[in-house]
Amino acid sequence: MTLSPEPIDRPQLAAATAPHLMDAGSTTRRMMGDVLLALLPVVATSIWLFRGNAVRVTLLSVGVALLTEAAVCRMRRRKLSLPDGSALITALLLAMSLPPELPSFSVCLGAFVAVALGKQAFGGLGQNLFNPAMVGRAFLMACFPAAMTQWTLPVSTPVATDGVADSAVDAVSAATPLAAAKFSHQFTDLESLLTGNVAGSLGETSAIAIVLGGLWLLLRRAGDWRLTLGMLGAVSIGAVAELLLRGREAGFGWLSHLSSGGVLLGAFFIVTDPVTTPLSARGRWCFGLFVGIIVMVIRLFAGYPEGVMFAVLLGNAVTPLINRWTLPTPVGGPVVLPRQPTSEEGEADA
Amino acid sequence: MNWRTIFGLNVLPDFARGVHPPEHKSRTRDLPIETLTEPEVVTIPLLQHAGAAAECVAQPRQQVTAGELVGRRSASGISANVHASIAGVVQAVTAVPLPNGRRSLAVPIRRLAPGEDSNAVAPVADRLFGGVWAESDIAVARPLDILHAVADAGIVGMGGAAFPTDLKLRTTPERPIETLLVNGCECEPFLTADDRLMREYPAAVVTGARLAQKACGARQIVLAVENNKPEAAAALLAASGQFAGFRITVVSTKYPMGGERQLIPAVFRREVPTSGLPLDLGIAVINVATAAAIAGAVLRGQAMTHRIVTVTGGGVRSPKNLLVPIGTSFQTVIEGCGGVVTDARRVLAGGPMMGFTVTDLTAPVTKGTGGITVLSAAEIDSAEQTACIRCGRCLDTCPLGLAPTRIAHAVKFGDLALAQQNHLAACCECGCCAYECPARIPLVQYIRAGKVELAQSASE
Repeated sequence: MTLSPEPIDRPQLAAATAPHLMDAGSTTRRMMGDVLLALLPVVATSIWLFRGNAVRVTLLSVGVALLTEAAVCRMRRRKLSLPDGSALITALLLAMSLPPELPSFSVCLGAFVAVALGKQAFGGLGQNLFNPAMVGRAFLMACFPAAMTQWTLPVSTPVATDGVADSAVDAVSAATPLAAAKFSHQFTDLESLLTGNVAGSLGETSAIAIVLGGLWLLLRRAGDWRLTLGMLGAVSIGAVAELLLRGREAGFGWLSHLSSGGVLLGAFFIVTDPVTTPLSARGRWCFGLFVGIIVMVIRLFAGYPEGVMFAVLLGNAVTPLINRWTLPTPVGGPVVLPRQPTSEEGEADA
Repeated sequence: MNWRTIFGLNVLPDFARGVHPPEHKSRTRDLPIETLTEPEVVTIPLLQHAGAAAECVAQPRQQVTAGELVGRRSASGISANVHASIAGVVQAVTAVPLPNGRRSLAVPIRRLAPGEDSNAVAPVADRLFGGVWAESDIAVARPLDILHAVADAGIVGMGGAAFPTDLKLRTTPERPIETLLVNGCECEPFLTADDRLMREYPAAVVTGARLAQKACGARQIVLAVENNKPEAAAALLAASGQFAGFRITVVSTKYPMGGERQLIPAVFRREVPTSGLPLDLGIAVINVATAAAIAGAVLRGQAMTHRIVTVTGGGVRSPKNLLVPIGTSFQTVIEGCGGVVTDARRVLAGGPMMGFTVTDLTAPVTKGTGGITVLSAAEIDSAEQTACIRCGRCLDTCPLGLAPTRIAHAVKFGDLALAQQNHLAACCECGCCAYECPARIPLVQYIRAGKVELAQSASE
């Protein structure tokens, strides 16, 4: 590859295929970096809200995920894939989707499952069918259903505790806004939902932090806006439908539906995972809408108060099918294959 | 239809998807066309065009003049004449590497009188493109005569595909040509040869287009130029304003606007059938350089002996737009531009998006060589290849609406049937997908390999 100072006499020029010009702003590493940057406000807010628990869960999740990634790479005799940042992203997303009081052992197990079974078992980055963080969370949900639905208010929330010092009430058990609405018809005010002063998973409570980071993610094209908009659109439609059908008193409200539970975190950070979502623009709309619809079906009709995790995993499962249905038709119609009249693309205007 | 169009902010004709690579045209866009000092030796390949090689008609030690026939077009199907580009003595026929990596037999011609440059006597650029194009000559030219002159002059498409132009313009009653689309969209980054030609010799382009229109019987001429070449558009407008049925269309600057499957939808809002040709829509497409060559061939009897080549890139000392005799070696052309800098890494025939790497600089400039781009180390992307993360950017940019990652992966895993289901054969190899791929997967390389395998399996 080196060239002598008098190169034209004895050129040692490299051969390569076109194109020889690449979009310097479009690299996997930069995409991962943008996702991490976008997660920053979410992680920071969760630490501010939940203090020690947020730090504990995040550090454990990150540590175990990175160790698992390194160990599996060694086992598979592959190059260490830590620099690509994907394990770090998985770990952070998992941590942000866990309840603050979750025991350390469970956090570690979840992180291990997310990376080892959710991603590496399929063949590593780009190969996994399901969102690794959601696989880890689903595993924990199945193993520790009680601990995974044990919610506490943020430490920073001013609680009327009759003189007991703040630090003494390390955890105040509370229902999430969605559970409160669903099971006891208590509706949380929007301001708390926006700032995050409600019970919930570490990273899902503050709408403002999520939207802030999420917009960065979309602006940098690290995630496809169609996925986000599709999901939020479907949730909005469901929320408005609920208001119309159940009335203003019984309905949770449009903005409340959007900013409670995992919808925002899911729409900006989970469904925007390119690996587990369809390829084409049309497919992405379908995926976003599908996930949003499932979320609303679970919220309005099922036993769980929230269903973003299930919706995303279901969406991942139908991604190959969506891909099949939504691949674009070539400009000018499909290639005419003279010798294979029975092949699949017979429908078009050949 | 994008949001700009909807809000009326951008009404320039455009096609769907595509990419906006940095243009890198500033090095040469304001440099007038220079003529390369006539080289000592030129090597005229017998295969410079799509189809079959020409048959050598020159004898060793024969003395030839510039523009004399050295290879007659093969009688079997598609082919084109080739001519001596300088006056000199014919040497023994040899094999040369072509810029596109293939090899061809070639006729070397050694300059007759060393030291005497015929260009100094009569500047070749004036002879080919300059001066006045008499309206009376255009009026008397008859369609068949034009076609014969074009065929005799060995004119082939200068946009890259090098398809013999007379065959393209030959019309049949069943498939008449309604519109002649003259392609002034030089969408390859770095290259400015067509831009300079349009700016300096608009009359030659317009005259050639009108002759081609006569030859093919088209009712109208549409000449498309991107909006990053306002001077070219203005010059052409001035040169063509008085002619009815001659329209200059400014289209938006986007890669690959110069591809006919992109330009036709942009200008006419009609799609070329994937397995068909523009002719199926009644459209014939010629490049502006081809048009200028037609003018010289029909009205001045000039064979296709020269072409304008942009020699550019961070790896070349003094970038230029050079008028070069066909058959001049890449080495000679680059030396004519001051040679390369120390960190030159890649020499490309063409621009960076679709150009071929040339590793043997004895390769001659052919009729299809529109540029020589020498990339320096700094201009070569160094990002690492990663696994496909299915981001779908290749689908978002493919101007033909294909799914490049699916084709490439089908080829990678040896599933040609799956690659074909994903329309492998439709790909025009423009490179938008690989330009945008964050994982730096050589998508075009896989697709080319798939096409080769397909051709092999078809011939078995």
